[in-house]
Amino acid sequence: MLVVEKNALSDEIESYIKKYGDDRSALLMILHEIQDKHRHISEFAQQEVARLLNIHPVEVYSVISFFAFLNSNPKGRNIVRICQTISCDMHGKADVVQAIERELGIKIGETTKDNKFTLEYANCLGLCDMGPAMAINDQVYTKLTPEKAVELLSKVK
Amino acid sequence: MELTKQKRTGPVIFSEYKRGDAIKKIITMTREDILFELKESKLKGRGGAGFPTSTKWMLTAASKSDEKFLVCNADEGEPGTFKDRVLLIEYPELVFDGMVVGGYTIGAGHGILYLRGEYEYLLKSLQDYLEQMRKDNLLGKNILGKEGFNFDISIFLGSGAYVCGEETALIESLEGNRGEPRNRPPYPISTGYLGKPTSVNNVETLCAVAHIVLRGGEWFSKVGTDKSSGSKLFSVSGDCEKPGVYELPWGTKVSELLELVGAKNTKAVQIGGASGVCIPKSQFTRTLAYEDVATGGSIMIFNESRNMLHVLKNFMEFFVDESCGQCTPCRIGNVKLLEGVEMIESGNYTFAHINKLKELGKTMQVASKCGLGQSSPNSFISILENFNDEIFNSANGGRNGR
Ligand SMILES: Cc1cc2nc3c(=O)[nH]c(=O)nc-3n(C[C@H](O)[C@H](O)[C@H](O)COP(=O)(O)O)c2cc1C
Ligand code: SF4
Ligand code: FES
Repeated sequence: MLVVEKNALSDEIESYIKKYGDDRSALLMILHEIQDKHRHISEFAQQEVARLLNIHPVEVYSVISFFAFLNSNPKGRNIVRICQTISCDMHGKADVVQAIERELGIKIGETTKDNKFTLEYANCLGLCDMGPAMAINDQVYTKLTPEKAVELLSKVK
Repeated sequence: MELTKQKRTGPVIFSEYKRGDAIKKIITMTREDILFELKESKLKGRGGAGFPTSTKWMLTAASKSDEKFLVCNADEGEPGTFKDRVLLIEYPELVFDGMVVGGYTIGAGHGILYLRGEYEYLLKSLQDYLEQMRKDNLLGKNILGKEGFNFDISIFLGSGAYVCGEETALIESLEGNRGEPRNRPPYPISTGYLGKPTSVNNVETLCAVAHIVLRGGEWFSKVGTDKSSGSKLFSVSGDCEKPGVYELPWGTKVSELLELVGAKNTKAVQIGGASGVCIPKSQFTRTLAYEDVATGGSIMIFNESRNMLHVLKNFMEFFVDESCGQCTPCRIGNVKLLEGVEMIESGNYTFAHINKLKELGKTMQVASKCGLGQSSPNSFISILENFNDEIFNSANGGRNGR
């Protein structure tokens, strides 16, 4: 990581501290912001958060490793999560997954070579009345067909 | 976004209500008045555990502390549940007014909406809504001019962990820790968020409260049955013509609900989500109520074409994924149960082993630390018992419904 990048990240994290405070209870909201912006929480980011909240970096890592939406390893710029739970499963989730895998040339759990997409399964997204459902980053899409899902992905920058 | 508002009707939650109505009403009431109405209403928590709301608030109100918190649990992660999503999108006035009533009753100055990470797309509109409430003095200092009535609400985003819906795990994650359930006691009502008295309430519970303070506990208790007062929101999905959220009085028969949503050739109904129970046709005359089949409201419908072993496998995969791993019965037990399902699937099993796994399930129900591990064997046991013929004896055409 370049020094300028490090400085920028430090400034960014300090701005989150201003927004959420420097209590331990601010930790998850801060991690959320970093994750949203960078799609992962790098080791350097973890150290900075730990320093500013006055806790051990291992504690930050241990929290990240607990939550499905937080990760320390880089992922694609866009995270696609397809619901794998039963109501979506019964309404054709498998066909949607197959179509997306075919189109992107990757399997669930993988990231495209151009780093544009990471493909994952999610558990019930709370859209069971409109399945199959998926999320692209923080937006959700429902009543998917294989064609519709692929078309939605083609519109993502 | 395809989530649009609908015209809804129902006996309580979906009945007429205008933003601020409950708050205008409570500034003329004492804390005791509100607790009295709640007691009259016999309202029980809608998050699953069914603890009487009046008792929870009375105990939190009685806890002595300089600071208290009211948390609205919008972690809604139970498979097949989406009623809180509908309430947050279409009825934010009920959710937030209910939180203000809760804050006033227990003496909390701060409310937190714990919104599941999967619902991040709602964050902006909810924040705008809160801002408008502040402008209208429905939040903030001296609410509606009542001296000393101070309450504000912030929103906290979850990060994708089902177990964080459990109230002590939720509090752990609010405090910046891994979302691992705590030993209880102490209970959150005395030692909750930051060690302060905290009441955690489900979204739907708070919506019911807003209506109850407005129209009285007696009005509410007239809906439903004697032991299960009021109405319930049911999230209906699976094999039916009209999936969605329905408000029905407690005591509705499963068969009546199936009729209403246009379910045909129904073989099985999973009630209460992955952690609930699966009932066969012969039990469709049972009623949805605390005294019969209690539920947080998830109803998943399976018709004759479905493979019940596949359904069970999907549930067990969910629990293996979502167990926090803190205690052994749940961490190991769920993996064993899933392995058992896979053995049946491949034909590599003995009845002796499956019976042992059912025993293991019963052990998990008593030995697990939190509700996740205590309830995850429910579907294993009920599906294997109720669909025994299909799964083991080649009924249903000998193809497991395929
Ligand atoms: C694994 C697990 C997940 C839970 N998820 C939720 C949830 O998403 N929403 C909820 O309100 N309660 C959930 N609960 C129940 C809460 O622990 C708590 O009882 C409830 O929020 C209290 O609110 P109520 O009294 O209004 O029902 C869950 C419990 C367990 C064991
Ligand atoms: S029962 Fe499961 S989820 Fe609950 S504390 Fe034990 S391991 Fe964690
Ligand atoms: S089962 Fe897919 S959103 Fe609930």
